[in-house]
Amino acid sequence: MSTEAAPTKKLSPNSIVRARRRAALRRFTSAFGRDRGGMLGLVIIVVFFALALLAPLLFDRSELDVTQATADPYLPPSRTYWLGTDDSGRNVLALVIWGARISLLVGLSATVLSMFIGTSIGIMSGHFRGVTGGAMDRVTEWFLVIPYLPLAIVLATVLGKSIWVIIVVIGVTSWPGTARIIRAQTLSVGSRAYLERARVLGGSNWHQMGRHVLPNVMPLVLANTTLAVSISILSETTLSFLGLGDPTAVSWGSILETAFDNGAISLGAWWYLAAPGLCVVLVVMSFNFMGRAIEGILDPREQGA
Amino acid sequence: MTLFQEAGVDAAPSALARAGRLAGPSTRYVAKRIFAALGTFAFVVVFNFFLFRLLPGDPIALYTKGRDVDPAQMRALRSTLNQPVLQQFVNYLKNPFSQDASSVKYNLPAWEVIGTRVWPTVLLVGTATLLATIIGVWLGVRSAWARGERFDKVSTNTTLVLYSMPEFWFGMILLIVFSAGVFGLPGLFPSGGLSTPGVDTSSPLGWLNVGWHLFLPVTTLTVIYLSEYSLIMRASLIDEMGQDYLQTARAKGLKEKMVRRHHAVPNAMLPTMTLIFLNLGFVVGGAITIEYVFSINGLGSLTVDALRGPDIPLLQSLFLLFSAAVIAANLFADLLYGRLDPRVRT
Repeated sequence: MSTEAAPTKKLSPNSIVRARRRAALRRFTSAFGRDRGGMLGLVIIVVFFALALLAPLLFDRSELDVTQATADPYLPPSRTYWLGTDDSGRNVLALVIWGARISLLVGLSATVLSMFIGTSIGIMSGHFRGVTGGAMDRVTEWFLVIPYLPLAIVLATVLGKSIWVIIVVIGVTSWPGTARIIRAQTLSVGSRAYLERARVLGGSNWHQMGRHVLPNVMPLVLANTTLAVSISILSETTLSFLGLGDPTAVSWGSILETAFDNGAISLGAWWYLAAPGLCVVLVVMSFNFMGRAIEGILDPREQGA
Repeated sequence: MTLFQEAGVDAAPSALARAGRLAGPSTRYVAKRIFAALGTFAFVVVFNFFLFRLLPGDPIALYTKGRDVDPAQMRALRSTLNQPVLQQFVNYLKNPFSQDASSVKYNLPAWEVIGTRVWPTVLLVGTATLLATIIGVWLGVRSAWARGERFDKVSTNTTLVLYSMPEFWFGMILLIVFSAGVFGLPGLFPSGGLSTPGVDTSSPLGWLNVGWHLFLPVTTLTVIYLSEYSLIMRASLIDEMGQDYLQTARAKGLKEKMVRRHHAVPNAMLPTMTLIFLNLGFVVGGAITIEYVFSINGLGSLTVDALRGPDIPLLQSLFLLFSAAVIAANLFADLLYGRLDPRVRT
């Protein structure tokens, strides 16, 4: 496997692949860096992650405890309480920052689960022809049709209230869209010559899927992941707002739930509602902007536009 | 669905394939779509049965919580639940819409409770979808045609922000600004409900009252949906704009406005219309939280009631209804698409 035009040290196939991947990554990062929306999204997300990680340093956990709250309830934003206080006198800023931990944790974990299910089913249903692939495609279509929120509500009601249940519920209800996209890509990869070669040389199905199909659908998976995170975070907010979240954990959705239940609307406590909601909007929007930027870079039709 | 085609190639065509060929492509297409929809519905029915068998704890306690139940009735319920799961399943399949499933909270057959709640939801979601479609398509067409210009940039970025909002949060913000009246604003709109108690909703004045109550919830849903529809319309019109037939139309000397209205937009409408129908699943979901926030007595608030209980029989029936509605909407979209675009009718 020597390349004649290589005066340098021996180039193994692996190092060629590595060099090519490094170059592709460099092209990608520089294209992404030129996308203003994508970069803005990235910065906002980094800030939110930093706040979530630093939460214990910024506010003590005891600030979340209703019994230890010292301030008056429903104080509007002031010098001491930047975002005001809630119905039991807790600092809304502390709630929102601690809430970021749960909201981001649930959003990311659910996305990983959903991408894993969606990618595996998508690749397999595109790779296996005949009954297996057909059956998987059918199941994907069925899940695509079941209305998403009612299904999530039913599952969460049946399985009980905890963070892990919420993660699983979002993960198992949001994969069909991904599976659809990955399947289409797998079908188009399936007709290429190198896959034919792998098949003729006796590569097993798993080898073909793992070594040849997966790397080809990976960029699409990544672009989809950023969009899936925003859907997961929105779902977490909705489910927690409906009271299906972990009752002991503070997330953006559960803050909105307590605010609504305690009549923040009729009391005009706008800060109590605005703060967690704006966090959701900012994070979701940032992931959407990033997703669009990645899609634009990967989709040749968008180039030069 | 290669089944039909393969059968057709066969040396001895099956009766089914022969029938399909006699009936012509469009009948075959319709039959295929209807079969697929029925298959999906069958899956939902089966899924709905087994899902609720996963429930932890004593099902009898859940089904009868907080009710005085006649011991004989209790025994009957226990004996049904003590049957083998397969037997229960067969009984369920006989009639998933049976009157036996009784709501825990309302102490009435679940389907009867649901029946009284359908219209507020249809009114809310129907109005919002209609408005969102009209405004969304208009916005999408305008931004696509002026791609990259100021209008496009502002409208695309605004719709992206709107698209990132939890719809119930947007509703709450509208409520606090226009109904509770913060920042010295007067409370312009009612805080919830469908009409003022005591107002006759069948009179013209009653309609006005309902309209006044529905203004904020319909605005919320419209704004949230139209953002998605305008993004879709914009993308599909941009796809269409590079096509040769538009160049032909321009070469004929048609005005730009004519090219847009009579050549590009009708074709770009196809994917948009389908997506609007496919989106009905999402629309139903949005109605759940919006009805809850604006205390509208429709299926959405009923769902929240049912999950708070939890009122399992009611939740089970609601889930079946929502799924059936979405499947029906999808089937309608498929058939509509087949009618409008002969290319998919294969």
